[in-house]
Amino acid sequence: MSSWARFTETFLNTKVMLKYLPDILSGVVVTIELALLVVVTGIAAGLALALVRSLGIRPLNWLIVVVVDLFRSLPPLVVIVLIYFGLPSVNVSPSGFVSTWLSLALVLMAFSEEIFWAGITSVAKGQWEAARSTGLSYGQTLIHVVLPQAVRLTIPPLTNRTIAITKGTALGTVVAVTEILGQASSAMSNSYNPSPLMMGAAAYLVLFFPVVVAARWVETRFAWKR
Amino acid sequence: MEAIVQSFFNREIIAASWPIVRAGLLNTVLLSLLVVPLGLFGGLLLALLASVKHPAIRWTLMAWVDFFRAFPPLVLLILLFAGLPFAGLELGGFVCVAIAFFLNTGAYYGEIFRAGIDSVPSGQIEAARSTGLSRLQAMRYVVLPQAVRNVLPDLLSNTLEVVKLTALGSVVAVPELLYQARQAQSLTYNATPIVVAAVIYFVMLWPVVRLLSRLENRALAAR
Repeated sequence: MSSWARFTETFLNTKVMLKYLPDILSGVVVTIELALLVVVTGIAAGLALALVRSLGIRPLNWLIVVVVDLFRSLPPLVVIVLIYFGLPSVNVSPSGFVSTWLSLALVLMAFSEEIFWAGITSVAKGQWEAARSTGLSYGQTLIHVVLPQAVRLTIPPLTNRTIAITKGTALGTVVAVTEILGQASSAMSNSYNPSPLMMGAAAYLVLFFPVVVAARWVETRFAWKR
Repeated sequence: MEAIVQSFFNREIIAASWPIVRAGLLNTVLLSLLVVPLGLFGGLLLALLASVKHPAIRWTLMAWVDFFRAFPPLVLLILLFAGLPFAGLELGGFVCVAIAFFLNTGAYYGEIFRAGIDSVPSGQIEAARSTGLSRLQAMRYVVLPQAVRNVLPDLLSNTLEVVKLTALGSVVAVPELLYQARQAQSLTYNATPIVVAAVIYFVMLWPVVRLLSRLENRALAAR
């Protein structure tokens, strides 16, 4: 057997791939569910925190800063392990899926709060004052004057972070979430063949490569000419 | 309350597991000291290649970078650790982490260096070249020092992410902080060692996070 044939036999074995394709596909579904949940809840929570922070209530702001700093300094995998293996000792037993979702959402919340806050504070104070003096309320000023400008500034760092954290769904495999990597790993040990892992890797690229390319496009589209 | 202290802040467990956790902390520091320079080196290599303004090279590099932006580092690590042995290549967890970090974080560092080099006006290169410096000398003495200064916050922020990423080593049995903490947890049936590991990460990295917040705010204020 030529070495190329042996390579394809090992790494791209059609029989093994066909057998485990349904498993990988169900993993893709779990990854997409997890990713969407993380992105929606994480960014919403981050925006909410940034808006609360803009009210300027001292003790509340300190609390927000500490929480944000905490989840910016802890590795996401440590948070996942802490929730999954730690909470059961106080009789709360979240599933691997919930642990991963919660952890990644908290991390994304922290990073996006910081980004939104930077965006809000970057809008010059005079704009607030001008808007308020024309009779706009606090909420109207925020929605019609400040946020549209802040969003432009926040788009490039936000897309970067969101992609990086969403890729973290693969960490779920450590706590037995049946997402792509988890499915691929168990298929690999069942078949004693690495082809499922190659399929899993390909699935990640199919899922995330378009997102990365789209992010590049959005970044140039929203970039402010300086 | 008592139960919480018993399960998460148990002093006896802290004392008993400290030698294990401390060994992990030491390995995390050593691992970071290895993979950060490795990633910086990979990134610099990519950025220097990208400064050759040939469209084919630019496109190849952009595809390379986007590939690793799309590919979860853990998948890359597992591919090296569990996939390569089938090709007769068994590298061990530590070497796999080094290679995966070189590829993955190199791509991120490369993007940052590239942005930095792009931020230096081309007149600088022309001036340097016209004084008789070679291309490499102009890059080394004129462009890079300014480029690095311009993207220092991004470099620092990426380095923070790289240090946090070393926790992935625990998946391939590299005895770094998280791995050791989990070992201690399964030995003691108590979550305290993991809490201790989390506290160590926080104490180590919080100053960096604070510094970054300041740098970012200053950068925004300067606009």
